[in-house]
Amino acid sequence: MSDDHSDADDAPPIATDGGSSPSADDLDENVSHRFDRLAPTDAERTVEGRPSRATVLSWWEERFGIPPATFENHTFWEKGNGKLWVLAGDDADPSEVEAMGATVLRTRQEHWKPTTDAVQRFGHLATKNVIDLDLAEAERFAAGEDQDIERWDGDWGYLIAAHELPRETADDADGERAILGVGLYVHGELRSTVPKGRRRDL
Amino acid sequence: MHEVLERYRPIVDEFDAFAAAVERPLGKTVRVNTIKADVERVRAAFEDAGIAAEPTAWNPELLAVDTDGPGSTWPAFHGWIHSQEAVSTLPPIALDPQPGETIWDACAAPGSKTTQIAAMMDDEGRVVANDRNMGRLSALRFNAERLGVTNAIVTNRDARNYSLDPLAVDEFDRALVDAPCSGEGTLRKNPAALDSWSEGFLADVSGVQTDVLQRAIQATKPGGRVVYSTCTYAPEENETVLDRVLDAENCRIVEQELPIETRPGITEWDGTSFDPSVERAARIYPHLNDTGGFFVATLEVGA
Repeated sequence: MSDDHSDADDAPPIATDGGSSPSADDLDENVSHRFDRLAPTDAERTVEGRPSRATVLSWWEERFGIPPATFENHTFWEKGNGKLWVLAGDDADPSEVEAMGATVLRTRQEHWKPTTDAVQRFGHLATKNVIDLDLAEAERFAAGEDQDIERWDGDWGYLIAAHELPRETADDADGERAILGVGLYVHGELRSTVPKGRRRDL
Repeated sequence: MHEVLERYRPIVDEFDAFAAAVERPLGKTVRVNTIKADVERVRAAFEDAGIAAEPTAWNPELLAVDTDGPGSTWPAFHGWIHSQEAVSTLPPIALDPQPGETIWDACAAPGSKTTQIAAMMDDEGRVVANDRNMGRLSALRFNAERLGVTNAIVTNRDARNYSLDPLAVDEFDRALVDAPCSGEGTLRKNPAALDSWSEGFLADVSGVQTDVLQRAIQATKPGGRVVYSTCTYAPEENETVLDRVLDAENCRIVEQELPIETRPGITEWDGTSFDPSVERAARIYPHLNDTGGFFVATLEVGA
């Protein structure tokens, strides 16, 4: 399984929550090669299957406890089928650009999957569904390996994996949480979703 | 020393020191990515791994690291650092981008300076990062996302006739032209850098550099700042380009305060004289600060 769930891939086998996926006959189809801004709310959507900004903000809050205000100066965009991007500020017609900000979330599937880069950027604000790893576990995670971790008794599905690194000086015993990436937790196993290009032997 | 560099004997003081310095391998430096971490946190993590990481005297966010592989460390995995040559951090320092501004990085890949600019802006406002080479854009996007940059828009166009049409602004506040060049200044990290050097290449690339810098002047607001930089010693790619652009566009070269030792731009080369204000440009030779070679000039767009 180790190569089946990088950021580039879809559809995890099992998870426990997800975004809404309403559809309506009077909505347009998504144009996959173009960036389109997410509508503010579900009621204002014009494209079938596209989540709204409100739904995305709710998802971060419900899944990880990350407050909606975190993204108050950001806009969200869809390009590709369900691939969402987060951009600081807003912008005009983005039809001729290759990237807008950073990829943030894979939607249009039962269980939404945040990207490694997004949780490394915003995951320090999470208050739940964060699994803290010891050094050996963190090293395996960073290398892209799956591992059995029986102690987790929280939700299954996509978790934020973290470890502690020392903060000030070496004689300061207290470390500070550092976000590693996204793990998929199922059946007592934590599967690393660190993309191949980000994996490191540490 | 590579024979190509002999042509600079007339313009480099202490030429023997220069020749000796280009033979020495370059030490590794990493820039702390202030979007995701701070200097203390990065130093603590390196210290925990037994790696010395000392701030350079002239840039506290640039750390000299005692390892050949800073990329295989926790600070790198977390996107807290970016391996970047010391002189490569100078153009953004000269550019001095402010949070909320709109900045054009005309030749952006692989994104070392783009991400430094984004960090200097606290990831607010807009960096429009362009590169003509699609293959190199993937490295730019990888670096930007790893470093947590969310204020960059990436485009894949020819900078020489760049259109602002798809953007939210009609002009840029500032622009960086870190031009493609012959790369003579990178010999210390890449001994093969000059294997394909030719005077014909200098003539060709000089034309491209001039065109891109002219477009940057045109696309930047009156009073706005445009920084031009290369990693080469060749006057054909440096003062010659500035001299042509001064003739063609409404702009001037301004004094710049760089935190390292530099030499002024030269006003004459190969029988040709340049506008005297090219002296305000900075030449950086390896023996001055134990770095790679570099060239940087700051221009101001006329009203």
